[in-house]
Amino acid sequence: MNKLLFFAHLRDEAGHESVEIDAAGKTVAELKRMVAEKYGVQKLDSSMTAINEEFASNEEVIKEGDTIAFIPPVSGG
Amino acid sequence: MNFEIAKDPINVQAVIDKVIQREAGAITTFIGTVREWTKGKKTVYLVYEAYEPMAVKKLEQIGTEIQERWSGAQVAITHRVGKLDITDIAVVIAVSTPHRNDAYEANRYAIERIKEIVPIWKKEHWEDGEEWIGNQLETVPYPTGKPEEKDFHE
Repeated sequence: MNKLLFFAHLRDEAGHESVEIDAAGKTVAELKRMVAEKYGVQKLDSSMTAINEEFASNEEVIKEGDTIAFIPPVSGG
Repeated sequence: MNFEIAKDPINVQAVIDKVIQREAGAITTFIGTVREWTKGKKTVYLVYEAYEPMAVKKLEQIGTEIQERWSGAQVAITHRVGKLDITDIAVVIAVSTPHRNDAYEANRYAIERIKEIVPIWKKEHWEDGEEWIGNQLETVPYPTGKPEEKDFHE
C-alpha cells in the first residue's frame, strides 16, 4: 500500500489529509490522473510531487510502501 | 538543530546564537514578519502549514547549498507554523561568514530558496474571506511535476 498526503488547498478539495491506496507500479503522472478522478482534486497539474520527502518527476514509478505527497506551489517565508 | 519548524514564537537571539563562530566577521539576520496590507487588502491573520519532515530536509538542503557557494558560512533557519497575527515573526534566517558581503548575499539566497522549494503554505484570512496563497493564480506551474533548475533563478 501507499500513503498519499494532501496539503493546503489540495487537502481542502480532497477532504482528506491522507489516504491509503495501492499505487505501486504507477507513474506519478498516472497516479495524479487517478487521484484527480477519485477525489475530485482539480489542481494537481500545477502541484509538485514528493516521494518519500524528495521531489519526484511525473515519470517516476511508485514502489510498494512509498509515501507520496502532493505539494502545491509553496508560499512560506 | 540549525533548521527547524516551530509551533511557538521564534526566539531571534537563539537562532543567531547557532551561527556564532570565531571565524566570522559578520552575521546577517533576516526576520520575516506578517504584513497587514497586501495590494489594498487587509490581512486579519495568517495560518502557516508545513509538511514538516520534508520542510526540515529542504531547509537543511538550503544550508548545504549556501555552504557550497559561500565558504565558511554557518546557517540557521527557523520557520513558524500555526496561526500568526500581524507583526508576528514567521521566519528567522541567520548567516555568519568571514566577510560581510557573503553574509548578505547568502541570507538573501536562503529566503528566495525557501519560497521555491520548502513545503510550507500560508493561508490568508481577510475580513471577508480566506485563501491558500500560491495556488490561485497558478503563476508557477510545474509541467514535469517538480521544479526545474531554471525555476530557482528567476
